[in-house]
Amino acid sequence: MTLASLAAAGASSVPSQLLPAREQMAFTLGFHIILVPFGVAFTFLMLIANYRGIRRQDADAMLLARRWSQVAGVLFAVGAVSGTVLSFELGLLWPGLMGRFGAAYGIPFAVEGLFFFLEAIFVSIYLYGWKRMAPWPHFWSGVPVVLSGIGGTSSVVAANGWMNQPGGFQVRGGRVVAVEPLRVFFNAAFWFEALHMLLAAYMVAGFMVAGVYAAGLLRGRRDRYHRLGLAIAFTVAAVVTPVQIFVGDVAAREVFHREPAKFAAIEMLPHTSTHVPETLGGVLIDGTVRYGIDIPSGASLLSGFSPDTKIYGLDVIPAPVRPPDDLVTTVHLAFDVMVGIGFALLALALWFAVVWWRRRAVPENRWFLACTAVSGVLTVVALEAGWVVTEVGRQPWTVVGRLLTRDAVTTTGNLWLFFGATVLLYVVVGAATVYVLRLMRRHWQQPEGNGEEDVPYGPRTRQDAAVPAGDAA
Amino acid sequence: MSTFAAVVLFAGVVAYAVLGGADFGAGFWDLTAGGAERGRRPRHLVDESLAPVWEANHVWLIFCLVMMWTAFPTAFAAIMTTLYVPLGLTALGIVMRGSGFAFRKVVVQTDQQRVVGAAFALSSIVSPFFLGTVAGGIASGRVPTRGYGDPVTSWLNPTSVLGGVLAILTCAFTAAVFLTAEARRRDDDELERYFRRRAQVTAVVTGVVALVGIAVLHADAPRLFDGLLSRGLPLVILSGACGLLALLLLSRAAPRLLQGLAVAAVASVVVGWGVAQYPYLLGTHLSIQVAAAPTSTLWSLTLVAAAALILVVPSLALLFSLQQRGRLEA
Ligand code: HDD
Ligand code: HEM
Ligand code: HEM
Repeated sequence: MTLASLAAAGASSVPSQLLPAREQMAFTLGFHIILVPFGVAFTFLMLIANYRGIRRQDADAMLLARRWSQVAGVLFAVGAVSGTVLSFELGLLWPGLMGRFGAAYGIPFAVEGLFFFLEAIFVSIYLYGWKRMAPWPHFWSGVPVVLSGIGGTSSVVAANGWMNQPGGFQVRGGRVVAVEPLRVFFNAAFWFEALHMLLAAYMVAGFMVAGVYAAGLLRGRRDRYHRLGLAIAFTVAAVVTPVQIFVGDVAAREVFHREPAKFAAIEMLPHTSTHVPETLGGVLIDGTVRYGIDIPSGASLLSGFSPDTKIYGLDVIPAPVRPPDDLVTTVHLAFDVMVGIGFALLALALWFAVVWWRRRAVPENRWFLACTAVSGVLTVVALEAGWVVTEVGRQPWTVVGRLLTRDAVTTTGNLWLFFGATVLLYVVVGAATVYVLRLMRRHWQQPEGNGEEDVPYGPRTRQDAAVPAGDAA
Repeated sequence: MSTFAAVVLFAGVVAYAVLGGADFGAGFWDLTAGGAERGRRPRHLVDESLAPVWEANHVWLIFCLVMMWTAFPTAFAAIMTTLYVPLGLTALGIVMRGSGFAFRKVVVQTDQQRVVGAAFALSSIVSPFFLGTVAGGIASGRVPTRGYGDPVTSWLNPTSVLGGVLAILTCAFTAAVFLTAEARRRDDDELERYFRRRAQVTAVVTGVVALVGIAVLHADAPRLFDGLLSRGLPLVILSGACGLLALLLLSRAAPRLLQGLAVAAVASVVVGWGVAQYPYLLGTHLSIQVAAAPTSTLWSLTLVAAAALILVVPSLALLFSLQQRGRLEA
């Protein structure tokens, strides 16, 4: 530690590692979470296409499944390694959290490890089984991937839910004693958070994939292959969207009842009162709300079904743990963005449903395709915004009421260096991922080669040894 | 109960050392395979045999981390706050390695392959080295109970450097044996000879380093030295014997036997470390029992481990058997 940082730490009793640790956690999780839907939900789309391909002898569907599995393979690898970094970071950045609460908080992660194993194993079998396995056994080898994706998501989010509403343990003499594993895992925030995240993953994967094929259709590739790709992905996304809004609404009411501090931040409410308006947009400056649009009594009506519903404001939070204005604004705006995107996508899904109902065909109107093409990006924004609501909305706590973030953080080393190296590496890896995906698409678009034959470096084994790979120098 | 949890954790360490080690070692051979033209065939074999299994093998690392922080939270925090330099670098190395490997399968221009291939191969050496130094730091008792030990000497010390070098070498050895077996399975005489030669060389080098290592441990980590040469001695001998046997049978034995011997050689020396260290988790200052989480936590971990035994082990067996029967193709 340098002298300057020592002095700073002494003055404020906030370790100098806190800021870089938070930045790094947010950055790496924010990166990782974009890949998660592809391991969890994209594989489901792939199985739908696979099923259709076998059942109806549909060559287009089969080709879609095959290519999707290759994309999933690349994204799964990046997701797995970026997830591994998160595991290291829990110890490297937050030893106060792990050392003190690992005995309880670790349990959902142990369950998660089990699902990761199954997921990694069956992804490999599915991915590399295309050529030599019989169609149905191959299809079935993909099913555990989807199931363990659901299990894995639920477990990690169970850990996150526990940080929001900790339970199932007692602390005596600074040590966790008397852990009740089931109450740790199935904590009060578990059900709605896990379901909400799972549906978010399906929305992201659905709209993202639909967007890719919508873009292709817009560019004039109006063949059955593109229409089918759009239809499969969009249907899943469209079915999930209304359910997601319902679950989000339930989540908001649960947060209102059980996490009043976070709810005050979400509603950006300085003072406890009834007839609370729903403020859209706006910022909190010096404890007063500015520039927002108010819907009279909206918040009270939504949270308690009556304008007389009392909502606690930021004023009931003790001053030392009250979140500062800018943090509250962040949480509030992130919530608005998430909800706004949710309703925008609902409108898009209805559009699709109406056209499908009337014409039994995918809408090919330019406006619809253009909206669909950007919908994927919007879902990712909503996904990130949702996590900002949950995570930033919990501050200054890491484990609500139990552990402050500044007590969770490590107090050694210069984390800016680690953070810098991580950002650099992730930028390169992120750019390379995009590049590689585009490269795959380019191969597929070439009339002769359909990309499935690519092998690194040299000739292949035995039977297809005649195909030389790439343009070896 | 706490001993049982420690055994489960250590089983994960052994599995990662063997399976993850073989993967890392394959990267080592990838790096040293020479130019694009010359290295094409060995690299191709590395690719084909690694692609379907590396992700599953890699999950053992997650397993170890998770077991550690749940069953022995304070020890986990102590290790993380002391050895954060090598651990942080390992984490970044793992990102480079995994993504480099995944990308290499897609890019087709040789110069691009070279870049991502180099990222994959280089990090395959860096990561086991750092993990080896971590093991050395823990084994030589340099992690204090309350953590925040010396950020430099905890991993830059004779035992750690020995651990790092041995990690690279054993990874290279296991991988060379595995690849020899793989080449034989494919009836590829030339590659078989290629990797057999490399297995022989690494076996000899590893043996020499291990012998020198005994002197290093004697001077730098006397307790570990004592443990290894008393309680751990049968395992150390077993390890040496398996390594030697694998070496002698390299050109004759069935692939499966060869692989078994290489696995036994690595596994028994790692188990030897565990036995030598017992009943302590860190040096002689933190015992397994004191560091352990409450019993109910350990019970739930036991349940998870049992579920893993029922679900994961057969799935892994399926994966490996499909791979060895040539049903999985990159
Ligand atoms: C199970 C654990 C877990 C999960 C699932 C998430 N987080 Fe988290 N997050 C943490 C565990 C955590 C943490 C380690 O506990 C931090 C550090 C300090 C804190 O309070 O929580 C944290 C902090 C943290 C912060 C900093 C908050 C602040 O300093 O104001 C952000 C922005 C995020 N996270 C973002 C995310 C994103 C984008 C996630 C989606 C993947 C996510 N979190 C899921
Ligand atoms: C602190 C938070 C988190 C930690 C420590 C963490 C840890 C990990 C680890 C270690 C892996 C790699 C496993 C492998 O090798 O296959 C991984 C991948 C994965 N993570 Fe996370 N994760 C976190 C947040 C999340 C969240 C919020 C989700 C949400 C659903 C999630 C879902 C997944 C899934 C499904 C995978 C499987 C592979 C893929 O990326 O497609 N993780 N995570
Ligand atoms: C439109 C109505 C929606 C409502 C009312 C809503 C409500 C909420 C609430 C209250 C939370 C905080 C939960 C907590 O902190 O415990 C949350 C979190 C979250 N939201 Fe939404 N949401 C909506 C739509 C969406 C959409 C469309 C997505 C993404 C596609 C999304 C993704 C997330 C994620 C990833 C989280 C964080 C983790 C979790 O709780 O699962 N939400 N949402």
